[in-house]
Amino acid sequence: MSVVIVKEKYASKVGEVVLGATSDQGGTRTSTVTVGGDSTLPYLHFEGQMPNRPVIAMEVNDIPPTWSEAITKQYGDVFADPALWAKKCVDEFGADLIYLKLDGADPEGLNRSPEDCARVLKEVLAAVGVPLIVEGCGDTAKDNEVMVAIAEAGAGENLLLGVAEQDNYKSLAAAAMVHKHTVIARSPLDINICKQLNILINEMGLPLNKIIIDPTVAGLGFGIEYVYSILERARLGALGNDKMLSMPIICNVGHEANRCKEANMTNADFPEWGELDDRNILWESISASACLQVGTSILVMRNPIAVALVKKNIDELMSV
Amino acid sequence: MALSGLEIYKQLPKKNCGECGVPTCLAFAMALSSGKAALDTCPYVTDVARENLASASAPPIKAITFGNGTVMGDETVMFRHDKTFYHETTLIVQVSDALSDDEVSVKLAEINGLEFDRVGLHYSLEGVAIVNESGDAARFAKVAATVAAGTEKSILLISDDPAALKAALVPLASRKPLIGEANADNYEAIVNLAKENSVPVILKAEGLDALNDLVEKATALGYKEFVLDPGSKTTVQKLADLTQLRRLAIKKKFRAFGYPVLVFTNHTDPLEEIMEASVYVAKYASAVVLKTSAKALLLTLMTLKQNIYTDPQKPIQVEPKLHSVGDVNENSPFYITTNFSLTYYCVEGEVESSKIPSYILPIDTEGTSVLTAYAAGKFEPEYIWDSITKSGVMDKIKHRNIIIPGYVAVVSGKLKELSECNVIVGPRESSGIVAFTKTLN
Repeated sequence: MSVVIVKEKYASKVGEVVLGATSDQGGTRTSTVTVGGDSTLPYLHFEGQMPNRPVIAMEVNDIPPTWSEAITKQYGDVFADPALWAKKCVDEFGADLIYLKLDGADPEGLNRSPEDCARVLKEVLAAVGVPLIVEGCGDTAKDNEVMVAIAEAGAGENLLLGVAEQDNYKSLAAAAMVHKHTVIARSPLDINICKQLNILINEMGLPLNKIIIDPTVAGLGFGIEYVYSILERARLGALGNDKMLSMPIICNVGHEANRCKEANMTNADFPEWGELDDRNILWESISASACLQVGTSILVMRNPIAVALVKKNIDELMSV
Repeated sequence: MALSGLEIYKQLPKKNCGECGVPTCLAFAMALSSGKAALDTCPYVTDVARENLASASAPPIKAITFGNGTVMGDETVMFRHDKTFYHETTLIVQVSDALSDDEVSVKLAEINGLEFDRVGLHYSLEGVAIVNESGDAARFAKVAATVAAGTEKSILLISDDPAALKAALVPLASRKPLIGEANADNYEAIVNLAKENSVPVILKAEGLDALNDLVEKATALGYKEFVLDPGSKTTVQKLADLTQLRRLAIKKKFRAFGYPVLVFTNHTDPLEEIMEASVYVAKYASAVVLKTSAKALLLTLMTLKQNIYTDPQKPIQVEPKLHSVGDVNENSPFYITTNFSLTYYCVEGEVESSKIPSYILPIDTEGTSVLTAYAAGKFEPEYIWDSITKSGVMDKIKHRNIIIPGYVAVVSGKLKELSECNVIVGPRESSGIVAFTKTLN
């Protein structure tokens, strides 16, 4: 007897967002990346389409990172030069985008000027052809200066700029509008704030297809189940025609997974947890997998072996 | 679909006798529909009605128990935020009977070593599957006996040869192993073997149509202790099949699929295998059979399953008593935080990284985070001071410094006044603790 399978019917789909701009479009990228457009829950090809595969952005910092040696030993001597670092991520590790984090701007650290940050951006733009995501140092006041300078220096490139938050979104959204970029709207694991922030940014005049949402991610073992359910609810919202939840999702799993103890403790400290190299790779990869299973479109990652592993998993999930 | 109270009411005798303990048949029907009453308490229900109602009120996915208390199935929702997922994916590592005796004992030692402690929880591997790859029934029985003797874990016996299964199963029947896999060709012998020994059996057929046929044929043998394996060959097809099996069981009450689902991984590279398995842990597998038994790999996968199966309705809490990190003494720093386990373990992890032995007191905020607790009035200075006093920490430290989370800097004045202690505002996020400790003298 043949079984009649259950196909859900959805009222709408996730919006499509284009990142980067080629020379025809006013930028200098050799290619653009399109994300979103899903009309099904993740990878259920029997009931809807996923026209664009999830992509991986690799993190490049403007200062040498304090990452685990499990990661840094795979990179070689690139950390003093963000352009070289970015090029390695694209050419050797297959990054779809570069995520440039400007930690050097931190007033508690090197306190680099907005002009210095803009110079780093231009070097990285010159070194790679893929679209860029750029995020400040995390100090709100400083980031407002830095990101305005970044938006101006990268005018026309359709950068993905981070981060707009509920109590600090205006200057970033305005800079994105003026210089033709896209923004990351970050909310603190709260579906209502996620919606509200999209409404506020949209009311300023930035179209919905210029917003990527970051509902905040946590690392495996440290609350990823909250992320999982928030993202799943956001995806169901988008499919149920809630336009203010219909943006593609970004998850910075590289940063979060690598904050976890399990990704860092040495074999000598925790022999009962097994090999650090494997733990580091998998802590990031499995965090990414959980996010993919609830509809993430853009993953930001660090460990090149984890990137390869997750890419292969995406290939398998996208094959029909 | 589950029956509504009114649909149930139509089947009841409508005597309103009250003998079931509920005053009217309608009220009893409502209680039945919400699972708060059992049909057996009605003395007058007809056999026809009993049969109709029993099939409608059975759980959508049968719970199957095997081995050392392993329970699979009995799930009721598609999404964990709808309620919760109940029975964590059973992780099983396979041992081939084609391995040499020495290789078997090495593998078994690795499997028995898969025990982890993290964030106050203990994880251990649940099951071992002995797989008949030698083609030799006697060898299979011997390896099964060796493995069973060497572990307390739940046992699976996997062979498509009924004779080999029988040879291995009979001496181990008291361990209540899960056996399989029964397919279209051998199901009669294997299902009957399971029935005779009262153990559950895996039914395997490729594709949902074939699986449905096999379940119907196996059910006709008068047995119902089944676990299903849709036999799909690729990750994406397994995801589709797992999703459909869960949907049909829950949303359509499709009886043939109302059983736990077990899958084997396809990948042989261990890292790729764990990635593949993570998809099935997230999406609806009741059990996953793995090849790898490397510690770091299983730790990661077990953490994911623990996370996904955490009840979203109940925050995990740590005991609100004084905890110490490292070799503390009377000069050790003293931190307060909340007893939400994620908050507490983030703080504990960072304090540990600071390498300064310290005391941490998680205040009982009913498992809420710092900001949520403060917003709900559960992190007020009076209450904090009361908890500090009761914890006895003040007898253990000589200094009078209390480090509070940066998010509740606002309570520092009042707390200082109440406690006559020096209240130090710590960082907002636990990730700032290591840097913060460098500012302490």
